[in-house]
Amino acid sequence: MAESPSALSEAFQLLISADPALTEIVLLSLQVSLTATLIAFALGAPLGALIAVSRFPGRGAVIAVLNALMGLPPVVVGLTVYILVSNAGALGPLRLIYTPTAMVIAQVLLVAPLIAALSRLTIEDMHEEYDELFRTLRLTRFAAIGTLLWDARFSLATVALAGFGRAIAEVGAVLIVGGNIAHVTRVMTTAIALETSKGELSMALGLGIILIAISVAVNAAVGVARASGRRMAAI
Amino acid sequence: MNFMALDQSAVIGQADKMKPAPRALPVRLSGVAYDVGGLRLIDGLGLTVAPRRRLALIGPNGAGKSLTLRLVQGLIRPTAGEICWGEHAAPPAHSVALVFQRPTLLRRSVLANIRHALAAYGAPRAGREDAAMELLEMAGLADLADRPARRLSGGEQQRLALVRALAAEPELLLLDEPTASLDPQATQAIEMLIEAAAARGTSVVLVTHDLGQVRRLADDVAFLHRGRVLEHGTADEFFDEPQTQEAADFVAGRLLL
Repeated sequence: MAESPSALSEAFQLLISADPALTEIVLLSLQVSLTATLIAFALGAPLGALIAVSRFPGRGAVIAVLNALMGLPPVVVGLTVYILVSNAGALGPLRLIYTPTAMVIAQVLLVAPLIAALSRLTIEDMHEEYDELFRTLRLTRFAAIGTLLWDARFSLATVALAGFGRAIAEVGAVLIVGGNIAHVTRVMTTAIALETSKGELSMALGLGIILIAISVAVNAAVGVARASGRRMAAI
Repeated sequence: MNFMALDQSAVIGQADKMKPAPRALPVRLSGVAYDVGGLRLIDGLGLTVAPRRRLALIGPNGAGKSLTLRLVQGLIRPTAGEICWGEHAAPPAHSVALVFQRPTLLRRSVLANIRHALAAYGAPRAGREDAAMELLEMAGLADLADRPARRLSGGEQQRLALVRALAAEPELLLLDEPTASLDPQATQAIEMLIEAAAARGTSVVLVTHDLGQVRRLADDVAFLHRGRVLEHGTADEFFDEPQTQEAADFVAGRLLL
């Protein structure tokens, strides 16, 4: 691997010079995955809280399914969304295939179950502690969920970061529904796959370094969330 | 501490204009039984909680004191027997407040804990901030309003839980060992809050192991043993002439097994 050292130095060159092609890809990645995480959180956290405070027949099965969906393979999610949004699919008329919107939809489906399952776990523990208080206050279920979501805010921030980590790093779903089209749907992971197969290692390495940096930053943010939560005696 | 300088008459004046006719009192328990996992922990319990009285529930551990409080609050339903709150088969909303032995405080600021309770009690949004600060003043916690509630000392947490319960302007205040494991100073602060509430016409039922506290705070005493009320009378009668051997042993500080 004689060219590896030079590929690596070229990669750093791309990073330092803020290469426009690389920057575009990074920004699109962040845009798609942040949007998907926000939507998935808005759906998943309240759903998790609702399951946490509710007792109904089949609850155990719902939780088991939710937990299983946490590990949903990205390519399967991609395939499902592809079938939905492709021209022959139910959402075909919206012409979403090979657009960032389709990628967001795929990542929402990928991440929302993870966020819902982890939120359910966190909030169920807290609800056990708060239940008698809630009953003496005669809170409605809606008010109880609101209280729990706010009081679990630091743990839920960690959950959201876990969701973002999964979204930004996955390749299968965005590749299938986005198609890795330059300047349109090319994100970091799909670009790395493509550039590597073309032998353009410097671009792939440069993007890989950024991905790792993002993952380090996410972990640091988790640390910050946990530390603030402890300082506020809120975890 | 500024709560000691509290102007009692101001508090009473406020209570007069807000206190509606009693709806939840007297609370009557007759023949009440309560089972947990097939074990009868409360058995044939009869008790009346009268308006404007301070009642101490005393007795050894496992006598059913805490369960009785939960029954009176309506948190749990009796397995057998009957409880009525005034004319009602269930306590009218927010008429009976319960402070737990280990209070559950929300993971937010001291002030936000009170605001949350006021919202739950249906207090109008506009007046909540002022009402909350007034309650914190009463508890001597105004200076700590922005602190995380769970960072308070044990005594401060208990005071916060107490004024949070009082935020509902309850007719009946139930207290489950409110000063267990508190030092004398913290205990005194809690007792002053209880007395201030009682002076405003709130009835109090207090579970405690501290017989000195019973003498200081209670008008009446109910002595529980093995899920039954063995004695129920004024505090003076109870201490001067206990009617049962068990109560006499308990008052004398002999271990009741």
